[in-house]
Amino acid sequence: MADAAQDVQGGARTEGLRARGARLALHELTLLPAIALTIIAGAFISNAFLTADNFFNILQQSSELAVLVIAESLILIGGKFDLSLESVVGLAPMFSAWLVVRDTSIGGSGIGLNPGLAIALMFVVGALVGAANGFLVVRLRLNAFIVTLAMLILLRGVTLGITNGKTLFELPNAFLYLGSAKWLGVPVSIWIAGVLYLLFGLFLRYHRIGRALYAIGGNPEAARVAGIRVERVTWGVYIVGGMLAALAGLMLTGRIASVVSSQGQNMIFYVFAAAVIGGISLNGGRGRLLGALTGVLLLGILQNVLTLAQIPAFWIDAAYGAIILIALILARASGGPAQEA
Amino acid sequence: MSASATRNRDQDRFRLAAELTHVSKTFGANHALRDVSVEIPAGQSRALVGRNGAGKSTLVAVLTGLIAPDAGRVRLADAPAPALADRWAWRQRVACVYQRSTVVPTLTVAENLFLNAQPVAAGSWIRWAAMRERAEAVLREWGLEIDVGLDAGRLSVEQRQIVEIARALIQGSRFIILDEPTAELEGREVTRLFDRMQRLRQGGVTFLYISHHLEEIYEVCDSVTVLRDGAVVTSAPLTEMPKDRVVAAMVGGDVRLGARGAGAARPGTESLRVEALSVGPVAGLSFAVAAGECVGLAGLAGSGTEQVADVIAGLRRPAGGGITVGGRALPAGGVAAAQRAGVGYVPRDRRMHGIVPLLSVAENMTLTIADRLGPGGIVLPAERDRHARRMIRDLQLVAASTEQPVGELSGGNQQKAVMGRALAADPRLLLLVHPTQGVDIAAKEALFAIIARAQVAGTGVLVVSDDLDELRICDRVLVIFKGRLAASFAAGWQDRDLVAAIEGVAAHG
Repeated sequence: MADAAQDVQGGARTEGLRARGARLALHELTLLPAIALTIIAGAFISNAFLTADNFFNILQQSSELAVLVIAESLILIGGKFDLSLESVVGLAPMFSAWLVVRDTSIGGSGIGLNPGLAIALMFVVGALVGAANGFLVVRLRLNAFIVTLAMLILLRGVTLGITNGKTLFELPNAFLYLGSAKWLGVPVSIWIAGVLYLLFGLFLRYHRIGRALYAIGGNPEAARVAGIRVERVTWGVYIVGGMLAALAGLMLTGRIASVVSSQGQNMIFYVFAAAVIGGISLNGGRGRLLGALTGVLLLGILQNVLTLAQIPAFWIDAAYGAIILIALILARASGGPAQEA
Repeated sequence: MSASATRNRDQDRFRLAAELTHVSKTFGANHALRDVSVEIPAGQSRALVGRNGAGKSTLVAVLTGLIAPDAGRVRLADAPAPALADRWAWRQRVACVYQRSTVVPTLTVAENLFLNAQPVAAGSWIRWAAMRERAEAVLREWGLEIDVGLDAGRLSVEQRQIVEIARALIQGSRFIILDEPTAELEGREVTRLFDRMQRLRQGGVTFLYISHHLEEIYEVCDSVTVLRDGAVVTSAPLTEMPKDRVVAAMVGGDVRLGARGAGAARPGTESLRVEALSVGPVAGLSFAVAAGECVGLAGLAGSGTEQVADVIAGLRRPAGGGITVGGRALPAGGVAAAQRAGVGYVPRDRRMHGIVPLLSVAENMTLTIADRLGPGGIVLPAERDRHARRMIRDLQLVAASTEQPVGELSGGNQQKAVMGRALAADPRLLLLVHPTQGVDIAAKEALFAIIARAQVAGTGVLVVSDDLDELRICDRVLVIFKGRLAASFAAGWQDRDLVAAIEGVAAHG
């Protein structure tokens, strides 16, 4: 018997060491070599690449994607899906800007709502969309992929319909602050993304609800048996995701000082690419925000290098897609988790 | 030590770990439980047996607070059971280790132990170090050995059970229900489980033990409750209940034992020949199965028996050696080629490999003969149903219709469907891997009768298993130990001799 027990223990111990090794082995940082490689390539390609200005430029341009990736990561870890996040990036600012802009000839509503109130409404819109997704997925038990796909199409259409496809500009300063102001010489949007990564990272790792999210994504039945309110947490994560998407929309609006009806379009593809190459599992229950952040940075730097390399604009997307595929293969080869979904 | 003193106090605190009084539950027209009264004294180990559908699962669901009984009273630890919504209170009183895993594979052992009950600082922030220390301390206290830093997804079935038991103990439960815990364990792991149960009982833990393997309950239980059609047939100490009485109580005296195909062997006509086969741990294995003969291939998990089965089924290429089926060499080229050569295969895990749960009974049963159901690859529904209906009748399979999804059938009927599919193509060899795993005793007998009929029809049968009941129907049993043919037994062997050979221990006397 003692023998037998030792047997189990022996096996467990070696496996445990390996597992722990794997965790410490920079599981979240498998993309660092790829990032380093891209930076080296960038340095060779252009003198303008390795400058502080360009560096902040990359971070600022990545900040909206970064915030969206937090939202998607939360939902993916909980074992669900949200494709409609990018449509909130467009709809929430469009709706608020429409309420604020007086001039009906350029597509405004003529209402002239107080900008502070309008910004608050932006988050309400995000939360409502999240709540609607949550209702359809959690309550009606519809498939998250198809529900949020339909929601994406619907909200894109609404965004277009509000202003008949017009672009809204001449926005009040409150709308532009997050995209233009600096704190301590660093653009505000970078501060926001950084602080959110820290907060949500700690929350996922150290808060009961954060851990409950991993349990739900890993084995919802087990989570339910353990007394976790699976439906409530899932619903909550959709709502938080929607609000984060609204924030990303506000940041983007501030940076480009207008709201285009196609704002945020196609962003969801890059959101998924960043999350997945960063180690967030499409099957739920696995992955960390630190990894997702490296995914965002890799895509951001890559985009910048491709632009500086003066690749013809028509070919940038193709190059981008090919490099994402290579990054996925590298992440898998260096021991990242298999993505089966 | 103070820890053990605490445990003894726990034990003294209540007399009955669980008590059901006149409990009834119906689902629609189906009486799942009828006027069930059961008392389980603290510190006892009670076996719960009954055929599939006898009400065991419902009883467990009532005992763990997952469903409310329509009538009757439930008491736990000498106190009325908590309200159904109060999951936390239930978990402190009773826990069930299900066959289906309730660990979260993506989290560590420590996190699984404290799932949703982590040690927290103010504001629900988790104290990781404290959690790991407490997990280790509890495991040590109860003599359970497992690394708390492991990813739960990497655990073996045995380790996963340890985690689930430890989780129950941590939550304060001293009443643990084990639902078919040995179904996926091999011999040595079963022994360790029983030792562990013994130790926990000394610490004051009460067990309710559910198993289809009647031998096991005599090893670890003191008493037995038999359910039939939702009612308690008997509750008695096991000293008063020899195996035949338990079986009689389970099936209501309606069991036809001994439907065997012994003597059907036709020496001279060969069904299967394995020549100097090498695969995995197996090296140079040779044996033959005559038409109509039933041969058992027994060995521990890892001994190589399952790899041999994989090769014959066409799932795996051998490292060396040859196989002939019905006198013709088994062609390379996978499962389809093996099927054409005359191998009817019943895989081990029917849920994983055997059935397509959402497809109908008819489709599942005719998967192997889809090419015969119409011209040019077209499957004619009428033809398919005709075949399926014939098989359903032959196998006495209970299904609402040929269109019912096979996943809705009971385990025994699912296995009949898998067996029927293997037999549909009139195979020369029927290859069965653990063919009656997880089915109740009556279904087991029915499956054995089907095997016997196939034998009489001239089909050779190879049973790969370490279940004694399954091996008992064989004309011969070959024992593989660490990849080598260690012994051969003719029918009529003694259990302990065969087990000793399987485990690689020299038999005495």
